[in-house]
Amino acid sequence: MTPQALMPKTGIRYWPGRVLRGIGRFLKLMSRNKTGFVGFLIFIGFVLMTTVGTLFVPEVTSADINAIYAPPTWEHPLGNDSQGKDILSQIVHGGRDILEMALLTGLISTFIGVALGSLSALVGGGFDAFLAMLADIWLTIPQFPLLAVLATLIKLDNTLLLALLLSVLSWAGLYRSIRAQVYSLKERDYIEAATALDLGMWHIIFSEVLPNMLSYIAISFTFGMTSAIYAQVGLVFLGLVPLTRNWGVMINLAWTQGAIFFKDSVYFIMAPVTAIALFQLSIVWMSRSLEEIFNPRLRTG
Amino acid sequence: MSSAAVSTLTVSRKISLWKWVKRIASNYVVRMLARALFTIWFVTTLIFFLVRLMPSNPIEVYINELIVQYSLPYEQARDQAASLFAIDLNAPLSKQYVDYMVQLLHGNLGESLRSPGTSVWKIIITFLPWTIFSVGLGLLISFLLGVLIGMLLAYRRQALWEPIVSGIASILSSIPNYIIGIVLLVYLGVYWGIIPINQMRGSRSPGIQPGFTWVFIKDIFFHAAMPVFTYVLSTIGSWILSMKSSTIGTLGEDYVTVARARGLSEGRITTAYVGRNAMLPLITQLLISIGFVVGGSILIENIFVYQGIGYRLSAALTTRDYPLMQGIFLIITISVVLSNLIADFVYGWFDPRVRVAGGEG
Repeated sequence: MTPQALMPKTGIRYWPGRVLRGIGRFLKLMSRNKTGFVGFLIFIGFVLMTTVGTLFVPEVTSADINAIYAPPTWEHPLGNDSQGKDILSQIVHGGRDILEMALLTGLISTFIGVALGSLSALVGGGFDAFLAMLADIWLTIPQFPLLAVLATLIKLDNTLLLALLLSVLSWAGLYRSIRAQVYSLKERDYIEAATALDLGMWHIIFSEVLPNMLSYIAISFTFGMTSAIYAQVGLVFLGLVPLTRNWGVMINLAWTQGAIFFKDSVYFIMAPVTAIALFQLSIVWMSRSLEEIFNPRLRTG
Repeated sequence: MSSAAVSTLTVSRKISLWKWVKRIASNYVVRMLARALFTIWFVTTLIFFLVRLMPSNPIEVYINELIVQYSLPYEQARDQAASLFAIDLNAPLSKQYVDYMVQLLHGNLGESLRSPGTSVWKIIITFLPWTIFSVGLGLLISFLLGVLIGMLLAYRRQALWEPIVSGIASILSSIPNYIIGIVLLVYLGVYWGIIPINQMRGSRSPGIQPGFTWVFIKDIFFHAAMPVFTYVLSTIGSWILSMKSSTIGTLGEDYVTVARARGLSEGRITTAYVGRNAMLPLITQLLISIGFVVGGSILIENIFVYQGIGYRLSAALTTRDYPLMQGIFLIITISVVLSNLIADFVYGWFDPRVRVAGGEG
């Protein structure tokens, strides 16, 4: 048989192995930073809980008067809320909204930051100076109050719209760090060498500049996610966003139903509070491992 | 001969005048002031057009509300709305804009929709000082404490407690401030009942006269304690971590080694060489965090029912009190811009390099 005929066969036979090996290498790199790895595991746990977990934990819709503020039992590990609904089920089902919105905002805001930042640094001149000045000004405007005011003017009832708005509002910070990074990369020897060798614009951007910015991009992605969660839950807490079934709504409910005055309702309010805190923490910690993966110079030992 | 002399004189005068203009324009103070003014103008304009060009125009909404609720004729409702928003609705948008700016310059922010007869300005004056007091105090305490702890961590990197303190700092810096506030309230106030949370509500106890009396000062600190504690806890983590890494970086600098070689006292090296330089990047961070903390005060003041501007803003948001909302947002932005300006000057004082060099702005 000719070698050409063998090629696809081995390719097909080995692709699961290759994928597994790829995942193995990724996990090995992730586990280099212990804090980052813990964060990564918690994050994966949350993703599984909000996707696969919803299949195992039934959603409770009916109230149970006999179980109001019932303490935790084996059947209801986190107790019951002010209507006697199981809290665990609400936690499992209430994360999807937040996860989706955080990922969307991370994606869109990173895209805006990378596009504007690199464009600004590459084009330079008046365009660059204007954008940089605008970013400086934008950064001094308090974001959350602006968002809250906007929420009264626009009906933020779908995830994509909220994600878009959050990304547009947070453009300045990401733009600044990406722009600074591209500026410093432009001056590096290997970029100059690539330009001198006439390797072409696309080659320079995708093989020389972008790989060296990956750690910044990963960081800005996680930053976009955490600030999105902060803003969304904050808006829900103030009652400005009509979103159903998520952790923020649970806090809001526990709050408005006077949960803060009864000792019994401590599970009702602390369950979503812990979920949000842990989720945020896992993203921040995970970003450390990501930073090391994309920036080998940070790896120690 | 004489005319030539005159022309060179005017040319040189022109040049020196141009030089003066350039010098003023590149002056650090002037540049910072111009930027602050421009930012305030930008925000006022943004808010003006946002409120008027949005699909759900709040002025139209209010007019409809008046018509439905009080069955006023359209013209009368429109007049009432115009007087509340302090604008002439019949004029074209450009004239409305100019009028609005002129009114603003005269300090007229219109009247509240939900409590008619009360000017927005008056509401702001009664609520703003409490936010400035609590946020300012919180940031000051957390910055000073964070810088001290961060330096200590950098100096004692081998200590056993170093990873514990760093870990706590990292956890505190990643958790949203309102989550910290809720946890404090639920555990300290309700579950364990250590803190008399109900008495601490409000910005001061009823019946207490403001003045420089011990009773009054004690009272306002008592009421501000929980918000301030929340601001401290939610910001201190990032100060500790940044100061730690910044100090470690500075300790490796040549000028520190030189200072040691010159035999300067360790105390002087720590304060004047390491501390001062390591703090520089933190001041820029402080700039950004002022706006963030003031924004977060909407949530924190709500949690502790502390009657500052954030509390009032959230009330205005839920009742859709647009003139009040607009006014408070403007005032919040202006105070953030002003505090940034102050921080910029402090930065210039700390780092003389920025005053001389043109910079990028």
